[in-house]
Amino acid sequence: MPVWVQLVYLACAVCFILALKGLSGPKTARTGNLVGAGAAVVGCVVPFLYLDLDHVPLMLAAIVLGTVGGVYGARKVQMTQMPQMVALFNGVGGGAAALVALLELEHMGSFTAGFDLAATAFTIVVGSVSFAGSLVTFAKLQELMTSRPVVFPGLPVVFGAALIAVLALSVLIVTDPSVGVGVLLALLGLAIGVLLVLPVGGADVPIVISLLNAFTGLTVAAGGYILGNTLLLVAGTLVGASGTFLTLLMARAMGRSVANILFGALKGGSTLGGGEASDRPVKSAGPEDVAIMLAYAERVIIVPGYGLAVAQAQHTLRELVDVLGERGIKVDYAIHPVAGRMPGHMNVLLAEAQVPYEQLKEMDDINGDFKDADVALVVGANDVVNPAAKTTPGAPIYGMPILNADEAKQVVFMKRSMRPGFAGIENELLFEPNTTLLFGDAKDSMGKLLNAVKSL
Amino acid sequence: MNDAVVWLTIFVLSVFVGIEVISKVSSTLHTPLMSGANAIHGIILLGAILVTGTTDSGLALAVGLVAIVLATVNMVGGFVVTDRMLQMFTRRKPKAPAGSTEGGAA
Repeated sequence: MPVWVQLVYLACAVCFILALKGLSGPKTARTGNLVGAGAAVVGCVVPFLYLDLDHVPLMLAAIVLGTVGGVYGARKVQMTQMPQMVALFNGVGGGAAALVALLELEHMGSFTAGFDLAATAFTIVVGSVSFAGSLVTFAKLQELMTSRPVVFPGLPVVFGAALIAVLALSVLIVTDPSVGVGVLLALLGLAIGVLLVLPVGGADVPIVISLLNAFTGLTVAAGGYILGNTLLLVAGTLVGASGTFLTLLMARAMGRSVANILFGALKGGSTLGGGEASDRPVKSAGPEDVAIMLAYAERVIIVPGYGLAVAQAQHTLRELVDVLGERGIKVDYAIHPVAGRMPGHMNVLLAEAQVPYEQLKEMDDINGDFKDADVALVVGANDVVNPAAKTTPGAPIYGMPILNADEAKQVVFMKRSMRPGFAGIENELLFEPNTTLLFGDAKDSMGKLLNAVKSL
Repeated sequence: MNDAVVWLTIFVLSVFVGIEVISKVSSTLHTPLMSGANAIHGIILLGAILVTGTTDSGLALAVGLVAIVLATVNMVGGFVVTDRMLQMFTRRKPKAPAGSTEGGAA
C-alpha cells in the first residue's frame, strides 16, 4: 500500500473522530455528520485510484443501486419511524461485513495465522447476528410482528446450544479453514440474532438497536484487521466503543441493566399486564371541560409521547401552547429521556414541529415543577408517567425514572383508548381521582381543544 | 515491533477515543448520534470494494456485489437520514418563543 494511501486513511480516521465529537453537541452536530460523510466517500474512492481493480463497472452499478436505495429510504421515512430505519441500515451493514469476511475466507488456508482466522469467524458470526437481530427489531417496531417479548419453552437451551456450536465451528475454522464451515457459522449467527431479539419487549428494542450498532462496529473493526486496513479498524472500533457506551447511557436513562433487557424475559419475570384494556371506571371529559382547566391554570406542563407524533398532532399542540402563552400561562414540555421510541427521539419530533428549544425541559430539570403545576397534560404518553415504575417491583418498567405527572393538581390524559403503553402494563395513574381522560385521536381532540380554548 | 501488537495498539487507543469523544453527549442527541455512528460503520463498503475488485470467481463476484449494495445502503442512507434529523434542530426560527417568559438553558 503506497504511503499516500495510508496517509489519506489516517486523515479519514481523524475525520471520523471529529464527526463523532461534532455529533455529540447540538451546534456542531450537522457539520460533524457532513465531515463523517465526506471522509467515508474519500475512503471508498481511494482503492479505485491506486489499485488495478477488476469488475469496476459492475461495482459502480452496485454502488449506484445502493445509493438510490439508501437515499430513497432515508428521505421517505417518517420521523416517527426513525428507530426502525436506523435498525435496518445497521443490519445491512452487519450483513455486508459478514459477506466480506466469507469472501476473504476463500483466500485463507492452513498457512493463515490462527488469530486471523479467529477474527474472520468473529466477523462472520457477529455480522450475521447484527443482520438478523436488526431485521427482527425492524419487524417489531414496524409492527410486522408483536412488540411483546416472544419466549418459548427451551429457548435458553436452544440459545446455549447455538452458542456452543458457534464456538466449536470457530475452533474448527481456525484449525482447518473452509468456506463451507464459514457458511454454517453465518447461518448460526443468523439464528442467534433472531433468538437474541425475540425475547426483548417493545419498549426495550431501542437499546438493542444501539447494542447491535456497536456489534456491527466491532465486526467492521475485525474486518479491517483481516483485510489489513487501518481505516476500517479505527472506524469500526470507534463505533464499537462509542456504541457500547451509548447503550449503557441509554439503559441507565431507563433505569435498566443491559443484561436485564436482553435476558429479563427469559426468567419469566414480567407477568404484569396481558396487553388487555381494562374496564375499571375512569373519569372522562369533553374538550370544552379540559379547555377550561387549561385556560384558567397558571402553570401547565405538557408530557408528549409517541402517540402524539403518530397522530401528527405536534403542530396543533404547538399552536395550543402558543394560545395558552398569550393568556399568560407558563407552559413547558417535559421530555422524558426515552420519550418516543429512542432516547432523544421526542426532541427530533418536536423540533420538526418547530417547538422552541427553550420550552423543552429535560426530566431532571422539570420533575420538581410538577407539584406546582395546575395541569399536567399527557398527550400520547403512558409508560413514562406510570407510577408503577416506582411502586411495583415486579413491573417490567420498575426502576425506570419517570416524570412526576402524578404530583400535578390535575392530570389530563389524551388517549385513543384504554390500551396500555408500549411496555404493555396498566397505568394506575389513569384511575386516580384527579385524573381526567380525553378520549379520541390525538390530532382530532387537540384541534377541538384548541378551538375550545380560543373561544373562551 | 510485532505487527499484531501494532494493530492491538491502534485498537485499544481507538476504544478510548471512541468513548471519550461522546462522553458528554446530552440525551437530546442520542438518536442522531446513534444514527451517525451507524453511518460511519458503513465504511465496510471500502472492504467490500477491496474484496470484490480482486476476485476472479463468478460466485464470489455475485456475493461481493451484494455486499457492496448492502454496505452502500448502510453508509449513504445512514448519513442522509442523520442529516435529515439534524436539519430539524437547526431550522428553528430565531424569534423569541411566545409561551415561555424565561429562556431556559439548553
